[in-house]
Amino acid sequence: MKTFAVAKRLIKQIGGDKRTIGLLFLAPVFALFLLSIILTAGTAKPNIDLVGGGVPTHFAETLKKDAKITLRQNEAEAIIALQEGKSDAFIIFKNNLLVMTIEGADPTLSKLVLATISKELTENMYFNLMLSSQFPAGSQLSLQPEIKYLYGSQTLSNFDAMAPLLMGFFIFFFVFLIAGVSFLRERISGTLDRILATPLKRSEIVMGYFFGFGVFVTLQTLIIQLFMVYGLQVPNAGSFWSVLVINLLLAAGSLSLGTLLSAFAKNEFQLFQFIPLVIVPQILFSGIFDLREAPIWVKSLSKIFPMTYGAEALRDIMIRGYNLVDVWIPALIMLGYALLFIVLNILVLKKYRRI
Amino acid sequence: MTKELVVEVTGLKQQFGKTLVLDKINFETRRGEIVGLLGPSGSGKTTLVKNIVGMNNPNQGEVIVLNTKMPSLEVVKRIGYMAQADALYDDLSGLDNLLFFASLYDLKGKVAKKRAVEVLTLVHLENEGKKLVHNYSGGMKRRLSLAIALIHEPELLILDEPTVGTDPLLRKEFWLEFARLRDLGATVIITTHVMDEAEHCDRLGLIRDGKIIAMGTPTELKQRAGQVTLEDTFLYYVTNPKEVVL
Repeated sequence: MKTFAVAKRLIKQIGGDKRTIGLLFLAPVFALFLLSIILTAGTAKPNIDLVGGGVPTHFAETLKKDAKITLRQNEAEAIIALQEGKSDAFIIFKNNLLVMTIEGADPTLSKLVLATISKELTENMYFNLMLSSQFPAGSQLSLQPEIKYLYGSQTLSNFDAMAPLLMGFFIFFFVFLIAGVSFLRERISGTLDRILATPLKRSEIVMGYFFGFGVFVTLQTLIIQLFMVYGLQVPNAGSFWSVLVINLLLAAGSLSLGTLLSAFAKNEFQLFQFIPLVIVPQILFSGIFDLREAPIWVKSLSKIFPMTYGAEALRDIMIRGYNLVDVWIPALIMLGYALLFIVLNILVLKKYRRI
Repeated sequence: MTKELVVEVTGLKQQFGKTLVLDKINFETRRGEIVGLLGPSGSGKTTLVKNIVGMNNPNQGEVIVLNTKMPSLEVVKRIGYMAQADALYDDLSGLDNLLFFASLYDLKGKVAKKRAVEVLTLVHLENEGKKLVHNYSGGMKRRLSLAIALIHEPELLILDEPTVGTDPLLRKEFWLEFARLRDLGATVIITTHVMDEAEHCDRLGLIRDGKIIAMGTPTELKQRAGQVTLEDTFLYYVTNPKEVVL
């Protein structure tokens, strides 16, 4: 089988190239590690100033638990503190009415402040209800409503929720890059022309690349997945093997897409021009951002990206705990994409030799 | 005593986009001869040999190699091709390059290794086989390319400017090897733009602007043109296109 001759050669080539090995195995792990730090560190307490008297004692007491509080003498002083970035918001009680001014430049911080305040207000409402003795003395009233989760849990962090998508994305991106560049090099160096002057079939070249890279891609996927689940402790409600199957299908699509698109690039620079065209929309539209309110064309666009199906399946398995059988539709679509790209690639090579 | 035809090119026309690269090419090669294609760069030599290997889609005409219409994967097995640019895997050793190409011709295991060492010795690279091609000099790469073209003992050898960038000594060895292969019954097609090299060929085709302007043995061509040097002979046929002899 000449397919394996091509695959074997590719493995030898990549195996001898330490930088590429590093990019394949360490870069995604490093990037994921950085992201995990950013996304899990987002639970800081907001700085909220309380201005003058008139602040209900109980409100101040409970707020202390969830925010860093500073007392300011008057509004002018509070505004300066806000401007200097010492606080994120300040609160004045005017005629028993709460008036809050938020710095507002960072929506994430604004949301944090608002969430903190509304939590306090709910607690205080219950507290006041109890004070007004509409409930029999000594009766226990829960200050918090009971909240249940169908999937995930209260402790599911931003990173945990995005982890399946990020993992899929990194696998897709790095595989695309390296497969694309490597196949491109085969063309630029003239070796593609050269091997087409041998009895090698076009399909054997494409499949050789597929399997040769497949070895590294499988290893890469395994490393990323092990790092996510055991290193970063991302909760995985489903089976490790189901996740691996989906990741490999995603990688297969990316591998075949990368080699296919490299046929349309004259050099590495042109190949990288495909990144904003092919990779970026896939990240934006594959589910990291909620598309419920997006225009129809965006929604339909997201349906043609292999990444969308990968993200959907990964989220179903890792967060919702689905089995491989439950995600057979996206899995099949991804397999279809990989096969489609392989066939197209074989056809595109006709440009170099008719048979 | 005419020997069997190995390559027959008839009425070949090759365009790339709107550029006409080859036109009305008629060309044949018989077993056991070294045929040179002499012409300036850009004249269409490389395109013609690529057509013979079956790598281009001709717009008109046909190429028959070893009684089979090209392109044919069966016939390609019997052709050794050395491209103009060294198409080698820089990040592999010379030996690994050879073994890879050997495997494309279904040579495996010990047979492939033995053959690889044979051709490496032939081009005097037997001690550099384990080095990465990346560290090879230009001449070493040319030699390795030739070794690859020879690995499967082809009966038709197509060499595109094999001696570019090689030193005189190496060039002489190359030509001795070509002659040896011819004497063993192989057919060799060589492109070149070096006039004195063309003298070594049994027959010579002069190519200019995508057309074969003259064909014959070097002596014949010179006599017909009434010139002493090939250089002047080439000029004669360029200025007297009607004298074309095929």
